[in-house]
Amino acid sequence: MTVVTLKIDDRDVSGRDDETILEIARENGIVIPTLCYLEGLSIAGACRLCLVEVKGTSKLLPACATRVSEGMEIHTNSERLTQYRRTIIEMLFAEGNHICSVCVSNGHCQLQDAAVALGVDHIGVPYLHPHRHVDASHELFGIDHNRCILCARCVRVCDEVEGAHTWDVGVRGIEARVVTDFSTPWGDSDTCTSCGKCVQVCPTGALFAKGKSAGEMTKQSEFVEYLVAMRGRRS
Amino acid sequence: MIEERPLFIPEQNIVLEHNGDIDPEVLEDYSKIEGFTALNHVLTEMTPPEVIDQVSRSGLRGRGGAGYPTGLKWQTVAKAPGTPKYIICNGDEGDPGAFMDRNVMEAYPFKVLEGMTIAAYAIGASQGFLYVRAEYPLAVQRLKNAIRQMEKHNLLGKNIAGTPFSFDVDVRLGAGAFVCGEETALIASIEGRRGNPRPRPPYPAERGLFGCPTLINNVETFANIAPLLRKGAEWFASIGTEKSKGTKVFALSGRIARAGLIEVPMGTTLREIVFDIGGGIPDGKAFKAVQTGGPSGGCIPSDYLDMPVDYESLLKLGSFMGSGGMIVMDETSCMVDVARYFMEFCMSESCGKCVPCRVGTAQMYQLLTKIVNGDATLNDLALLESLCDLVRNTSLCGLGQGAPNPVLSTLRYFRDEYIAHIVDKRCPAGVCPVHKREHQEVNA
Repeated sequence: MTVVTLKIDDRDVSGRDDETILEIARENGIVIPTLCYLEGLSIAGACRLCLVEVKGTSKLLPACATRVSEGMEIHTNSERLTQYRRTIIEMLFAEGNHICSVCVSNGHCQLQDAAVALGVDHIGVPYLHPHRHVDASHELFGIDHNRCILCARCVRVCDEVEGAHTWDVGVRGIEARVVTDFSTPWGDSDTCTSCGKCVQVCPTGALFAKGKSAGEMTKQSEFVEYLVAMRGRRS
Repeated sequence: MIEERPLFIPEQNIVLEHNGDIDPEVLEDYSKIEGFTALNHVLTEMTPPEVIDQVSRSGLRGRGGAGYPTGLKWQTVAKAPGTPKYIICNGDEGDPGAFMDRNVMEAYPFKVLEGMTIAAYAIGASQGFLYVRAEYPLAVQRLKNAIRQMEKHNLLGKNIAGTPFSFDVDVRLGAGAFVCGEETALIASIEGRRGNPRPRPPYPAERGLFGCPTLINNVETFANIAPLLRKGAEWFASIGTEKSKGTKVFALSGRIARAGLIEVPMGTTLREIVFDIGGGIPDGKAFKAVQTGGPSGGCIPSDYLDMPVDYESLLKLGSFMGSGGMIVMDETSCMVDVARYFMEFCMSESCGKCVPCRVGTAQMYQLLTKIVNGDATLNDLALLESLCDLVRNTSLCGLGQGAPNPVLSTLRYFRDEYIAHIVDKRCPAGVCPVHKREHQEVNA
């Protein structure tokens, strides 16, 4: 492990060479939007919102998965990146059925927050209006697939922190869904411990506790970071 | 009927040498054509760095499509810290119209395994995996048979040919997902997980199968190794162009008189491939384009028929070498329809992990459907182009990054066909729904 110095958005910053661009940026108050990333969970690199420009490569690199190195020059906020991020958010809205006004997470939703922060004021791609289901078979929780953005935080927290691996992803492409056990109803699950970690880490209103009405579902995902730190980081 | 004229064939066989002469299920047959001489020579008379040096100097590049220098890859894995090291042969060929690796695995299983064993010796691996798609049962059967026979003859297993070197190979079957040809997804699949790609770096050479340094090469790359070491790096480097050495196997299909497998030196022109070897276009139709590189590739129009085929020139034309599929199209093919076909393929084969590929391919497919139906406007075309740019630059793996290529290359060379569909509501080739609608209106 060595200490390196680098530039993010023309600011001189320093970090260890086993840290990622995202970690260093956040330490220094530089905001890079993310949706699939959650401190304490493994890196998915799936939402592509945290892509940044790094001098010396024509490829955009995911800040969550890219380690810093000496002399790196990073730009996190160009017009091109903002445009890509907006379109990605628009794609997420168009892909599902997101109706904020009736959603349990209205006002506490990370997809909604990202859209506001990036100035997404209309959806420029056609809505796909998919037919998706709601699984309310679990005693305490429910999942509304219409609101799922497939960040797979639930899959990771269930496997990596709870150790149950109830959640996984089934099917592929635009048909992909998070599933419990062998794509059987959540309420019938033999593996689910009903710990509710998946609900707490879900960035949208897809996973919710029963009994919540519109706007009432607030979530605390910070426990993951705390639990992982207390158990001793493995990686 | 295809005219039986004598073939003027500038073909040269390295991978497909002794085509049809040997029984692929009999080890002794392979030995008769100098099989295993390279392996024996390497194990008894060469050090691993010497083997890597030969491969590097030959100029061999990965035949899976991207053309990464094989020697450099071997060297990286050899030097990567950590044990054990693994070696994987990627036989998950899945491009539409591609059947090169299938034939190589079915006809030359011993040759593929000999190449793998030499590679294992060079990089210090003791376990290898052949990842073959389950849709190739004959290839699987013959490879398993070849492994058994090689074990019996002490060419695999413990102390190969009486040397201290030991190496085992197992076959793993793909379950029908195209994306598992992507190396990180392939590794996940062998590990027993869902075949999803992950961000690179770390590259498999550093952290691959079960977190260990892993060498992944394509079937055809491994099939080049034994002949290369038997005849020497200089001989291999004397074939081909300055930057692309050796030969390439192509699968010719589509509107062509003689479809099938060919092996030609790198740098052979498209004209020689399509007209001299492939016998041209049947039924007196005119050549329109040839599609190379599968769903990540592009369409090359007749203006570039005299371009030598190698990694660089194909990239320059907006296409891609890919694994070697070549689909020939004539005047009855609509280029928008072709682009839509490949987009549908990418959409259904996307793993769904990253947003740009999962949603972007579905959006682009919808837009292309609108165009072929005659329902699109120029705004839709502009949106299509901006989505191409987004998906290419932000997707996680090669599948998404390459998915816009068929659209971009047909837009580059056949933009007028897109405009005809959108503005004139007409399909120049007469195959799209918009064409049928136009005729109904005329008749009514």
